[in-house]
Amino acid sequence: MKKFLASTVAASALALMLGMTSVRAEDAIDPNAKQGGAITITYKDDVATLDPAIGYDWQNWSMIKSLFDGLMDYEPGTTNLKPDLAESYEISPDGKTFTFKLRHGVKFHNGREMTADDVKYSLDRVTNPKTQSPGAGFFGSIRGYDDVAAGKAESLSGVTVVDPYTVKFELTRPDATFLHVMAINFSHVVPKEEVEKYGADFGKHPVGTGAFKLAEWTLGQRIVFERNPDYWHKGLPHLDKITFEIGQEPIVALLRLQKGEIDVPGDGIPPAKFQEVMADPEQKARVVEGGQLHTGYVTMNTTMAPFDNVKVRQAVNMAINKARVIQIINGRAVPANQPLPPSMPGYDKEYKGYPYDVAKAKALLAEAGHPDGFDTQLFAMNTDPNPRIAQAIQQDLAAIGIKASIQSLAQANVIAAGGDKAGAPMIWSGGMAWIADFPDPSNFYGPILGCAGAVPGGWNWSWYCNKDLDAKAAEADSVVDPAKAGERDKMWSAIYDKVMEDAPWAPVFNEQRFTMKSARMGGADNLYVDPVHIPINYDNVYVKDVQ
Amino acid sequence: MIAYLGRRLIQSLLILLGVSLITFALLYLLPADPVRQIAGRSATPQTVENIRQQLGLDQPFIVQYWRYLVKLISGDLGRSYIQRSEVTELIVSRLPASLLLMVGAILCELLLGLSMGLIAAVKRGTATDQTLMVASFVGVSAPQFVVGLLLLYVFAVRLSWFPIGGYGTWRHLVLPSLTMGILGAGWYARMMRSSMIDVLRQDYVRTARAKGLARGTILFRHALPNAILPVIAMIGIDIGIFMGGIVVVESVFGWPGIGQLAWQAIQRVDIPIIMGVTLVSAFAIVLGNLLADIIAPFIDPRIKLR
Repeated sequence: MKKFLASTVAASALALMLGMTSVRAEDAIDPNAKQGGAITITYKDDVATLDPAIGYDWQNWSMIKSLFDGLMDYEPGTTNLKPDLAESYEISPDGKTFTFKLRHGVKFHNGREMTADDVKYSLDRVTNPKTQSPGAGFFGSIRGYDDVAAGKAESLSGVTVVDPYTVKFELTRPDATFLHVMAINFSHVVPKEEVEKYGADFGKHPVGTGAFKLAEWTLGQRIVFERNPDYWHKGLPHLDKITFEIGQEPIVALLRLQKGEIDVPGDGIPPAKFQEVMADPEQKARVVEGGQLHTGYVTMNTTMAPFDNVKVRQAVNMAINKARVIQIINGRAVPANQPLPPSMPGYDKEYKGYPYDVAKAKALLAEAGHPDGFDTQLFAMNTDPNPRIAQAIQQDLAAIGIKASIQSLAQANVIAAGGDKAGAPMIWSGGMAWIADFPDPSNFYGPILGCAGAVPGGWNWSWYCNKDLDAKAAEADSVVDPAKAGERDKMWSAIYDKVMEDAPWAPVFNEQRFTMKSARMGGADNLYVDPVHIPINYDNVYVKDVQ
Repeated sequence: MIAYLGRRLIQSLLILLGVSLITFALLYLLPADPVRQIAGRSATPQTVENIRQQLGLDQPFIVQYWRYLVKLISGDLGRSYIQRSEVTELIVSRLPASLLLMVGAILCELLLGLSMGLIAAVKRGTATDQTLMVASFVGVSAPQFVVGLLLLYVFAVRLSWFPIGGYGTWRHLVLPSLTMGILGAGWYARMMRSSMIDVLRQDYVRTARAKGLARGTILFRHALPNAILPVIAMIGIDIGIFMGGIVVVESVFGWPGIGQLAWQAIQRVDIPIIMGVTLVSAFAIVLGNLLADIIAPFIDPRIKLR
């Protein structure tokens, strides 16, 4: 399998070097997969909406991926891009024009064939301010975006339907992340007639081209997905039916899993039960562990004294005992020394980070003119385990003389304080931490470390703005040629190394994912910790007990 | 009677208006910005402003409240910020579950509370009386979250008598009703006991006893109907306590009612749902109190409506 993947990647890289065209190789179907059967997934919270232009939480994100498709997608269980509704694509040498050839015969759940007009309509819709899409900003590099966003135009001038199976995108700048943008849910293709029929309720009546279609939605109780028999990807999905039961506490879900009533608790293993589960070999065998595109960090407001002094920020980096913090969450994480998580392209394996060194931290504080420390505030979200983590950090800071009082608040209030320049000196990001929208190193920079995010209401809570790095980031993102991806990743590594020199954050840990499943569930482990599908990749998993 | 009713109705409307104003103002003053909650992390400032405008949240407080009221009068509670569905639809789809739980809880608390109170009154001063009264104290003071999980663990996980959470059959209803009922049962047991003791001291009971009537006949034919009525009249007022309890109990048992809806909405700062559920609960409480007051004089002629 690995060999097969390597050779396809090499082949497509070669193709790209020659004419910058990529033709999709069909995914291999797991030969052991059985067809049919039904599974049950539980969730605590209601599912918000299944409209791909609007849904933006980790719960509906993966469900939407099974109902709709985009031009691009990822190989199951990996972060490798592949064409999806597109059969092939072509990038112009200047990196500003992307032409996608669509696959023929793809049908929406209502039976109509999907064409290039639908692609254009879907992008016009998601960028239209009336749609209120949280993801509109992802399409900022498409020509004509500004006019649509400002309400001056109804249609993106940079998206052209060349023929029913060809769609051309013209960008205002070379954008190396554009293929990822074509893979996120916000760019998934919707049929105009169904959107117009249901209006604002399209999210309750989703119609797409995906592997599953919506069979039932009983508000507050359950959602049922049914296999799409006309799915263009032959052999998928394996399951006939997925039932999502809503309103179940994680602890109740775990009890039901133990009794064999459900297959995957969507909210994961409750922290209070984690050690118990992992101590039982029979249960532990059904837990799949994987990386996550997540980093937990402490932000330091670089515009507020004394955190405007880089030495103070470096001292904080050296003062935090990350191993102890990880113990608080039962070891469900790995220590972090840079903004990017290990599973993200561009992660710098060579980078050592700041050591845990109390004496050196004290010395740095003294150099900065605070030999006796100072008083400050540490904001944290008020749900477990965040207050406990904040307390551990508080103790570590006290050891070098920094007396931080903890402000434990509701999520929205912490976010509000972070977006206010004079709001919060330090924030522990837990519960609100950055999880990448797509597996690309740029996604950890712009909104949370770049100048664009250091605005009132922004997510750059350290208010760190380095114009030089912004320029370098723009430079890296103009390297569009996928054959130069390695070079681009290096550019990004250098950017994050420089960020760490300035130390606006103290990275603490990268959370690991633990998905628990019933004994009857089959398929490769990486489908259960798929980087873009949480909790699992619904299209590719199967059950072992069907005949 | 008609004048009284009219006055009470106007009062009730004013209370509801006040509740809507206070809730709306509190939510408006919340430091959390609902627009940023909706827009999510990757939204550009432009996207955030667009959404703010689309939802009319860039308007001053008075304008926003007025628009809400105008829509409210036509029965429109707006659209959820996060779920994007009509709040009315969300509440209506969940109301039957909450009402069912309420009926179940009332049955449980009456059955448990009245029988406990009755036995305690008859066995007044004995060990049975004391045990029951201590039990009622525990029932009143035990946190519902704990009671719920405990019942779940014992009767669903260990004994498998009932399903572990969920909704659908009468078996699903038992444990959550019991959890809600235990709190009320404590109150009812204490009220029933004192009411019964009171009645048992009355002259007519002594007369009945002097006539040589059987103990059971005196208790159930003569004393009970008189003792029970003032207690029953409390059910209307119970609705207030009930509305507070469903948020916790529905969450523990995964009961798809409006309490669970409210809890989720609070966590996500989904203001239209918080407003909607608050108004519906306030309406239920006001209605419950009104009914209790109207029924009271029919049950106890000493009370007059004025």
